[in-house]
Amino acid sequence: MVTVRSESNLKNATMNHDPFAWGRPDDNVYGKYNQSIAQAKNNELDAFPKMHTQQPIITGTSVLGIKYKNGIIMAADNIGSYGSLLRFSNIERIIKVGSETVVGVSGDISDFQQLERILEELVISEENYDNQGENNLRAPHVHEYLTRVLYNRRNKMNPLWNSIIVGGFDNDKTPFLKYIDLLGVTYGSSTLATGFGSYLAIPLLRKLIPDDKDYSNIEEEDAKKVIQECMRVLFYRDARSGEKFTLVTVNDEGVKFEKDVEVTGQSWEFAKNLVGYGSKQL
Amino acid sequence: MNSTVASEYSSEIHTTPIEHRFNPYSDNGGTVLGIAGKDFAVLAGDTRQVEGYSINSRYEQKIFNVGDDIVMTANGFAADGSALIDRFRNQLKWYKFDHNNKKLSVASSARYIRHLLYSKRFFPYYVSTLIAGLDDEGKGCVYSFDPVGSYEREQCRAGGAAASLIMPFLDNQVNFKNQYQPGSDGTEKKPLRYLELDEVLELVKDAFSSATERHIQVGDGLEIFIVTKEGVRTEYYPLKRD
Repeated sequence: MVTVRSESNLKNATMNHDPFAWGRPDDNVYGKYNQSIAQAKNNELDAFPKMHTQQPIITGTSVLGIKYKNGIIMAADNIGSYGSLLRFSNIERIIKVGSETVVGVSGDISDFQQLERILEELVISEENYDNQGENNLRAPHVHEYLTRVLYNRRNKMNPLWNSIIVGGFDNDKTPFLKYIDLLGVTYGSSTLATGFGSYLAIPLLRKLIPDDKDYSNIEEEDAKKVIQECMRVLFYRDARSGEKFTLVTVNDEGVKFEKDVEVTGQSWEFAKNLVGYGSKQL
Repeated sequence: MNSTVASEYSSEIHTTPIEHRFNPYSDNGGTVLGIAGKDFAVLAGDTRQVEGYSINSRYEQKIFNVGDDIVMTANGFAADGSALIDRFRNQLKWYKFDHNNKKLSVASSARYIRHLLYSKRFFPYYVSTLIAGLDDEGKGCVYSFDPVGSYEREQCRAGGAAASLIMPFLDNQVNFKNQYQPGSDGTEKKPLRYLELDEVLELVKDAFSSATERHIQVGDGLEIFIVTKEGVRTEYYPLKRD
């Protein structure tokens, strides 16, 4: 719209009459106001606060980990949820890092993919060093590295929204299993689980290994059996979980991935007796 | 040219997002305690780590021998605790490297830790920090810090989740507060004296088993670091796991 300036208007032409810039010098006469002067507030640009922090968007649910006498076992399903929508069913959330370490990630999937790239870079830079000898990249190194990455991101108030379990071998060749989360908090135990698993799976896992040091008496089959039981319980009660999962075993023979393992031994017998919300029994 | 916006407020931005701010802190429970004796000092802590009502681990070390016969702990938010101890340990390494392996005194360590803490005054390390060792005269010493670096040397101090349960017990049993000479009818205070190591260890065990009974974040195990002129040694006692 072109405004024709009349003589009477010209007297006021030095003031901006736009309701949102009322009383400001007229841009037509003085040019656009330089917002950068003395950090003057620009309503148009500053209406939204600077956003760092997000919330997880596509998420992966629990990761489980357990030590046994020859190594560790880790499990995670393949679902990527978008809120309550089961959006993806082909997400592989356990990755191999180096030759004898696995990393299982729950939480935001895009942050997980960022971590995948960071770890790939780490592996490439560590390949320059001794990989055949005693000083290859091992689980405690990967764990320490991830701890620093996550803690530094939380210090910037821009976290990587994940809970991570690192499994493999310690420097003295004993099984290694440790946890890291988006705050940089870490801990180790013979039985670990992220997310819902910490409520549903940990009690079952601790029933097999009540005392942390007793993992050295546990056979691989027994550990596997209890992990599968946990995945079944999680499938029953965690609405964001899936029926298919990946089971990873790390022992002195190397890293073994079993993909598309199904939750077995389900029983929905009780379901036919449920009425309404389940409080009433027929 | 400069067109005037319609004077309704339809174009006003009123969709200020509801801020769901990321909380950079959490509380990982646990409790710690330091007591200084005549020629020794102890730093003790439980080994449980929690988050909310869940037990993360029944054994997670939180007291460390940082070198030069100084033991250190930072109890509260676990990520900040280990970051602070790592930073101090690293600085101690560089101090020794730069100064021909000179031994760093506990007093100087304490002053340095205050600077580490205060340098994050506006985004603090959320921890109660304790260090223990022997001073220049060989006497036991304990230094305690608040999250932003206020510190003092004390005979004893409890920190962390059950500090409010343990500290009054220590006031009474270590500094003899509210204790009077028998027969003086409450007029003559019980005179202060240094406690022996075995007395201190009994106090520490009683303090932690009592805290375990009354505080849900305390339990699983008790790890005690003892500093004498012979060096640093540790003892471990199981605590209730419920």
